[in-house]
Amino acid sequence: MIADIAEKVMAGTRLTAEDGRRLFQHPNVTELGMLADHMRREKHPDPVVTYNIGRNINYTNVCWVRCKFCAFYRPPGDREGYTLPDEEIFAKVEELIRVGGDAPESCEILMQGGLNPKLKIDYYERLFSEITRRYPAAYLHSLSVAEIVYLAHISRITVEEALVRLREAGLKSLPGAGAEILDTEVRDAIAYRKETVQEWLDVHRLAHRLGMKSTATMMFGSVETVEHRLKHLLRVREVQDESLSGRDGYFTAFIAWSFQPEGTELPGTRKATGYDYLRTVAIARLMLDNISNIQASYVTQGPKIAQIALGYGVNDFGSTMMEENVISAGGTSFVMPTPEIERLIGDAGFTPRRRNTRYEFVENSAMEKQDAAM
Amino acid sequence: MFEALIAKAGLEDIHGKVMAGERLSADDGRRLYRHDNLPAVGYLANLVRERMHGDRVYFVRNQHLNYTNICNKSCLFCSFYALPKDPEGYVLSPDEIRARMETYADIPISEIHMVGGVNPKLPYAYYLDIVRAIKEVRPGVSLKAFTMIELEQIRRIARKSMAEILLDLKEAGVDALPGGGAEVFSERVHEELFQAKSDSDKWLETARVAHQVGLPSNATMLYGHVEQTEEKVYHLMKLRELQDETNGLLAFIPLSWHPERTAIDHLPGPTGQADLREISVSRLMLDNVPHIKSFWIMNTPAVTQVGLWYGADDMDGSVLEYEITRDPVTDRVQALTHTQMLDMIGESGRRPVERDALYHIVDQPDTIRPAYLEPAGSVAEEAAAGSVGEETAAGAG
Repeated sequence: MIADIAEKVMAGTRLTAEDGRRLFQHPNVTELGMLADHMRREKHPDPVVTYNIGRNINYTNVCWVRCKFCAFYRPPGDREGYTLPDEEIFAKVEELIRVGGDAPESCEILMQGGLNPKLKIDYYERLFSEITRRYPAAYLHSLSVAEIVYLAHISRITVEEALVRLREAGLKSLPGAGAEILDTEVRDAIAYRKETVQEWLDVHRLAHRLGMKSTATMMFGSVETVEHRLKHLLRVREVQDESLSGRDGYFTAFIAWSFQPEGTELPGTRKATGYDYLRTVAIARLMLDNISNIQASYVTQGPKIAQIALGYGVNDFGSTMMEENVISAGGTSFVMPTPEIERLIGDAGFTPRRRNTRYEFVENSAMEKQDAAM
Repeated sequence: MFEALIAKAGLEDIHGKVMAGERLSADDGRRLYRHDNLPAVGYLANLVRERMHGDRVYFVRNQHLNYTNICNKSCLFCSFYALPKDPEGYVLSPDEIRARMETYADIPISEIHMVGGVNPKLPYAYYLDIVRAIKEVRPGVSLKAFTMIELEQIRRIARKSMAEILLDLKEAGVDALPGGGAEVFSERVHEELFQAKSDSDKWLETARVAHQVGLPSNATMLYGHVEQTEEKVYHLMKLRELQDETNGLLAFIPLSWHPERTAIDHLPGPTGQADLREISVSRLMLDNVPHIKSFWIMNTPAVTQVGLWYGADDMDGSVLEYEITRDPVTDRVQALTHTQMLDMIGESGRRPVERDALYHIVDQPDTIRPAYLEPAGSVAEEAAAGSVGEETAAGAG
């Protein structure tokens, strides 16, 4: 049924939208897995699966956007709203470095928060430069497009100026958060106050032009159809084509994760299945021929499906996280110690290697310390 | 084209045998267990699965009964049992069994599955009584009851031959035997984990007698603890030999071991790939066993659904009252609704077929396809942004 597509994959020919559409209708997951695995081994011939030691810091949950799929935010004025004091943020960074070791720029800090009207550019500049000054081991892979657009807006500066100033303060790269589904109809249905499709793509384009790397995500399994997912993949691929020809920055990785319905305002929605996830991640591997790394989402899929995904084009297990507050507010969260990540990778026939956010290997000298801490 | 990928994975010869319907060797089994390209192994298993069953997925609506949790076997991998003097031990009387059956009398079911611990206190008449109680409430529903291990105990207490007690039970209403208690056919694992229980020779002998007197059975293998590849291959080979002789096996069920609350809970338990691999390798090796079941309670619903493309054609059922392995996180008894089962089957592109314990077809419900798979509009053009109407997005919600 998809022999012609298989032929293209084996010849290294780019797949078309129509190919993608047919793959999304192809139920045989083992065939999708074999194709995605073929491409993955072409791109990464060594049987290695990487992972990253990092943590989320959800520095504020105050947000006026009120996305229907989010169970994490509190509106401004809500008694449960918080912004973490600097000292608490530093303590979290220190906790990470105790686990991850002090190799320069080896510990990933993923700062993500709501759109808090009180936090302007100077807050981030001060915080980022302080983290950079105090902790050479930290690597700031932080802030989503929504946060950047919003902080620029309330600080009355352009997004470009905001990015330049944040980079000077120590921001190294952007996570792909908030992409959800890059389609206007879907965004209108689930997050109409958030940045537009164009804004999301443009901020990543701009970051790439400024020499910053970023990642791309897709949150599937809410109200969209496979056609919307395909559109999303093609838009990401298009930006990556542009960035790879003449810009210093580009997407280092793609992460698909599934919408978690509990506690959100989209309660009728069902949770995407592992079967859906494996097919989606395999198709993402096949369509995104210009993105090097595909990450697993064990946080939404759990250890079993995440490990199976290593045969579906996934070559990276993502970050150890340490804590996770956003997805867990939606009902599901799996946080995993490093030895367990290594066991799952080894059991799938790969060698586990720690990497940094730039996807360079990091010797894991701190592992013994971590074992002791667990 | 996929042949080329199979060849690249070094599985050309096994693929050739599969296509020719040739039996795989123990050595083929070892290679499949150790092969690092799991989707390729699954692809081969699916060829066999589709040749035998097309796109059908068998399921049951069943009720589980665990008549006693008292057990004198102290198996290290078990979190269910209570020792004979333990205050948490229970035995359901025939009346209590009847009451449990009546609780769900309005719910359509197609199978009753009853197993229990090895409880030395129960008299022979008890077993026949509970079978009759079940059949009185549900005369038309097939009953699968008593593992080979329990039958050993029943024979001991009855002081009759195995053939005689099996005929008694059959007459009382047992239609088939479950496959539990086989664990791993290995003297080493037997010594280490379940030495009080009868060994593989006994298990196989009891199954042989059952098949000869006209009681078909399932067979299981509990994996993911201390067993080795070699022992699993041996297990599958022994079952294949038995089946050649008796043709009494209905289904093979690889059971994913759960470490929680067992005496060996320092072991991590099997991974998702291990779960799928057991399904695939057993489908390929057990060429004479009709069905491979992925038991969703042990394998998780997510892995089970994927397993429908890795060689499994049966996913068990919407289970009522399963007690043996509770949800490790919530400690809740687990159940899937009928609709959830049909959703899982439909999404995976398969066709649901409801069966009874003997795999007679009970119903062939319509296939449900989830909304997100419906194609809507075109994506290629820039104009595509406007081509997916609000109606679709709302409708899919």
